[in-house]
This record gives sequence, structure tokens and C-alpha cells, in this order.
Amino acid sequence: MTTLTAVRRPAAQRASLGRRFLARHVAWVPVFAALGILLVMIIGAVAYFPNFQLPRILSSILLDNAYLLVLAVGMTFVILTGGIDLSVGAVMAFTGILCARLLGDGVPVGVAVPSMILIGAAIGLLIGLLVQYFDVQPFIASLVGMFLARGLAFVVSLESIKVEDGGLLWLQSTRFSFAGWYITPTGIIALLSVAIAAIVLRYTRFGRTIYAVGGNEQSARLMGLAVVRTKLIAYVISGVCAGLAGIILTAYSGAGYPLNGMGTELDTIAAVVIGGTLLTGGSGFVLGSMIGVFVYGLIKTIISFLGAEQSWTRITVGALLLVFVVVQRLIVRRSARRS
Amino acid sequence: MKRLFSHRLVWPIAALLLLIVINTVSRPSFLSITLQNGELYGSLIDILRNSAPLMLVALGMTIVIATRGIDLSVGAIMAVSGAVSLTVIEGSNDPGGLGTVAVAILAGVGVALVLGVWNGFLVSVLGIQPIIATLVLMLAGRGVALLITGGFITTINSDPYQFMAQGYVIGLPFAFFVSLAAIAVVALLERRTALGMLTEAVGINPEASRLAGVRSRSIVWGAYIASGTLAGMAGILYSSNIMAADANSAGLYIELDAILAVVLGGTSLAGGKFSIAGTVIGVFTIQTLKSTITFLGVPPAVSPVFMAIAVAIVVLAQSRRVRGWLSSAGRLARPTTRPDSKVLS
Repeated sequence: MTTLTAVRRPAAQRASLGRRFLARHVAWVPVFAALGILLVMIIGAVAYFPNFQLPRILSSILLDNAYLLVLAVGMTFVILTGGIDLSVGAVMAFTGILCARLLGDGVPVGVAVPSMILIGAAIGLLIGLLVQYFDVQPFIASLVGMFLARGLAFVVSLESIKVEDGGLLWLQSTRFSFAGWYITPTGIIALLSVAIAAIVLRYTRFGRTIYAVGGNEQSARLMGLAVVRTKLIAYVISGVCAGLAGIILTAYSGAGYPLNGMGTELDTIAAVVIGGTLLTGGSGFVLGSMIGVFVYGLIKTIISFLGAEQSWTRITVGALLLVFVVVQRLIVRRSARRS
Repeated sequence: MKRLFSHRLVWPIAALLLLIVINTVSRPSFLSITLQNGELYGSLIDILRNSAPLMLVALGMTIVIATRGIDLSVGAIMAVSGAVSLTVIEGSNDPGGLGTVAVAILAGVGVALVLGVWNGFLVSVLGIQPIIATLVLMLAGRGVALLITGGFITTINSDPYQFMAQGYVIGLPFAFFVSLAAIAVVALLERRTALGMLTEAVGINPEASRLAGVRSRSIVWGAYIASGTLAGMAGILYSSNIMAADANSAGLYIELDAILAVVLGGTSLAGGKFSIAGTVIGVFTIQTLKSTITFLGVPPAVSPVFMAIAVAIVVLAQSRRVRGWLSSAGRLARPTTRPDSKVLS
């Protein structure tokens, strides 16, 4: 029917083109919505606060939330398969403090950093095995990972451990500036992980399998896709990202602390969902998660600009999460009705 | 004997008994209960008293999980209800008066009930996944509690309020009677009326039960209201125990303990069949485990490792693959008994 009207009237054609674009790219709608909110917030902040220097603030948001961005990248993979990973905050704390401890004991950076990533991968593998081979719900399996990692973080040390190693601190202390913008190696790592994840999800067989598994696991299995392996790797990727985030956070704060990242798993899930990834799996983009992290960071920044209580950050993030979940729900309901 | 072993509460009870035996061996005083001034003291009594908030939360969680849901917001609801109650008491002229305390409790539980209504609305009417619907409140709730208390830890002095967590009635802690009452109410509603069966029907297949004429929406909604209200009562017990409203640490991670208690009690997270007795045993098991970990001199911070191992063992024991291994091992040992026992039971 739309094609008929499109042939007759150019004006309607334009409207239907827009509608057709949206219908075909329904998964992008929440991402655009998140981008819209981000832009509105940025414009509002620039207009309202006279000393809101955009390049500096955006750079600092990237810098302050580099660990969250890396976590969100890993979480996106898991959520796309229809799972969830509650362990990321604890794994980040564990690898962070273990890294600080090892560096303090004289282990070279070149050994400590890769080991932390391997440890993250191992915990991710453990969770994935529980989910895949023992039919444990992702929620409970990642809870096991969370308890384990949090406890191990305290086994490493009950106190915070300061990092003296120049190699790790270099990640944070080096600044590449350009016309008001600046970036540190941690920020570059975070952006790189977004780029790699986006390419993997868009252009590789593994990425397409992730979407297929999240969209409908049964059909994916019947199509002969490697469902088990794909889901397992998704948890390993999340673990790797959590390990990497631990290193970034330790470089950022200059110390490892076993209580780091309490509740970060929730912030990560919120950022991913705000970025338009459906928690039921199969629909979403890493770029959306990046936007979600920036929305989260901007809310924090604006609230500190306003001088309001930081508790408002949590309330605003909760409210925004709610809005996005409801919007997504409506989109899903509408597309389900159409098909 | 075979029948006894096939009962689904056997393993939860066995786990609890094992813990109690380990405790008794490592410290013989564990089982001893002494009477002082008409009040009973001892490790077991401590477990009864300290388990009350977790018991309330876990009962609500059992009902929610039976409907195939999950309620992550219980800890945040505890924080809010404690904050509301203590703010009411702090603002009154007569903090020690029975009337003030009654109003405070009603206000705290009332707010919790409203939050439960909110969760239930998101899940049952808007159809949002339970984990994310309750995540909203889990994120925002502590922020709200912080706003109510003004960012401070509100402390108060009120004997009747303190009585709830620390008082004794006929030698036993009052908090224990609160959890006993909650168990009785939930068990009566769910097991002596059709409600329990309907809840299980909704949990096993929401669509089928709706087509069969079960008002699944109201049942799911009611589950979240019950969970919220019970969490509110738990929040009041918690704040009464420390006589302070601490928005950051009230009920922190209690949702995980509650889910663990439910799972330990043999209720599957996939929804459907649930066991209130199992949850009660699960709660006592967790509380005993915690007291054991403390007694063994493990720093409380490290205890999550033990919790992780405990959860891993439990979920692995419940998984089909491990059960398959176990039963095939059993079949190898006694090839003839297995098929008969299946027919008999």
C-alpha cells in the first residue's frame, strides 16, 4: 500500500520513505532516541551553564568513564545473546587490585596487564560454562562470578594498594591535546574497544551469529549455527572487558581498591539499555552503548554542575532507564503486531 | 525410605543439618541456649533473630519467583521504608510514644506497598521484563532514601521502635515472631487457598493460564505488592536493629541473599512450583552459613568467596547435566532398583 501512494505523490513518498527507513531500521530507533537525549542534554548544558566548555567536558567524561565504556562493550555482547552479566563490577575490582598488588611486588607491566585480561577471560569462561553446560540462569551464574571475584578481591587485600609503576600510570598521565579536546591512552583503549566490537558485530560471522542467537536461539540452532560456542565466547568477551576495565580503573585512580565498582554492573546495564540494546537480546549496537555511557556521564557532570546531591544521579539514571525501557517495549509491541 | 529421599526438601534440610553439625563440632557451645532474666541466649537464638529481615524478603521473593519474575529492588525498598519510618519518628514530638511508632511503621510499610504496586505495574501492565523493571527502582530507590534522610544517617531514640528488633516476648526475640507471623500468613494464603496453585499456573505458563481464565495480571501484580510490602517490613526491622536509617547500606545485597535462599530451598528460578518451607530452610541455612563464616575467623569481606562456592554447589546439584551424571552413576551401581522406584513413586 505504501508503495502505491509513493508512486502517486512525491510528498507522501518522502513521508513514507522516512517511515520505511524507520520500519526497516527499527533497531536503530532507540539509539537515535538516546542520541537525541544526549544532544538535548548537551545543548541545554551549554546554554544553561556559562562555563560549560564542551570539548573539555566531553573529553573528561570519556576519561572518567573509560572503564564503564569498556564494561558496556562487553556487556553489550552478553545482552545481545539474551544473557546478563552481573559479575563485571566485581571482576573489575579483583583484576584492578591484583594488578596493583603484582606491580607492587615487582612484576613487570608487560606480564601483569595481560595476566589480568586472562583472569577476566577465565571468570567469563566459568560463567559461560555454568550457563551453557549446566543450564544455570545467566543471572545466577554471573552472581556466582560476582561473589567469587568480590571475595577474591578482598583476599588480595583489604586495603587499597597504591600503584607506583610508571608504565601503568602512563596510561592515565599522558595527554594528547588538540584544540581544547584531550585524550589519554585509557580513553584511546576504550574507543578502540568500541570500534573493534562494532566491526566484529557488524562484519564477522561471529557477530551475525550473536544477533541470530539473541533473536531466536531455537532457530539459530536449527540453522546449524554454533549457539553454544557463541554464547560462551560472549561471556569470555565480557570477562576480558572486565579485566581490561580493572586495569583502566587502577590506572585512572592510581590505586587498586577491593570495594571498587560496587553497583557498577547496574550502571553498565543501565547504560547499555539506555543505548538502545534490548534486554531480550538480538537487537542493539555497541555505538548505542557508547551513547548510553555518555548520557550517564553527562548526567553525573550536570548534577555536579548544578551542585545538587549526587543521589540525584541515581534517580535520574533510574528514571531515564524507565523511559527507555517503556519506549523499547512500545516499539517491540508495535513491530510484533505488524509481523 | 526411598520416598523420604525423593522428597524435595531432603537436600535443603540435609544442607542445613550438615552446617549445624559442622558448627557443633567446631564449637560445642553452638547448640547451647541459656536463660538470663527470662530471655533466651545462644547462637541458635541469634540466628533466629538475625534472620528475620532476610526471611521477610525471601518470602516475598519466593512468590515473585513463582510467577517467573524476580525482584531486585527489595534492598532499595528496605532503605526507603526505614528512612520514611525514622523520619516520621524524628519529626514527632514524642519519639517514644506507641502512637508515633505505629504511625511510623504504617508510613514505612505503606510507602513500600506503593513501591511494590509500581513494580507490579511495570511488570504486569506494561509487560517489562521483571529484572529490568525492578532494576529501575533498585537504581533509583537508594537515591530516594538518601534524599529522605538528607544524605545523613538518621539516628533516633525510641524504645518501642527498638523493641521490634531487639525485644523479647516469652523468652524469644520479637523479630522471630514477626518472621513467624509472615511465614504463617504467606503459607495460609498460598497453600490454604487456590492462590498458590494459580501462582504456580501463571509461573509455568502465563499465556496458557490466562487463556484458562486465570487473572494472571492481578496475580503477578499481587506478587510484587507482597514482595514490596514484606521488604518494607524488613526495612523497619533492619532500621530498628541499628536504630538508624542508613540509605547506603540498609538491605545491601539482600536481594541476592534472598534469591539464594529461594534457590537453596529448591524453588526453580524458571518459575512455577515453589516451596515456602524450602525458602524458610534456605534462609536459616544462609544465616547459619554466615554465622559459621564469622566464627571461623574469616574476615566478613572475604565471605563472598564461600557464598560463591555454596551457590555454585547448589546450582550445579540442581542442573540437569549433573543430575544425569549422578543418576547414571547410581544406575551403574544398582542396575535393577532404579526402574522400580520410579514406578512406585
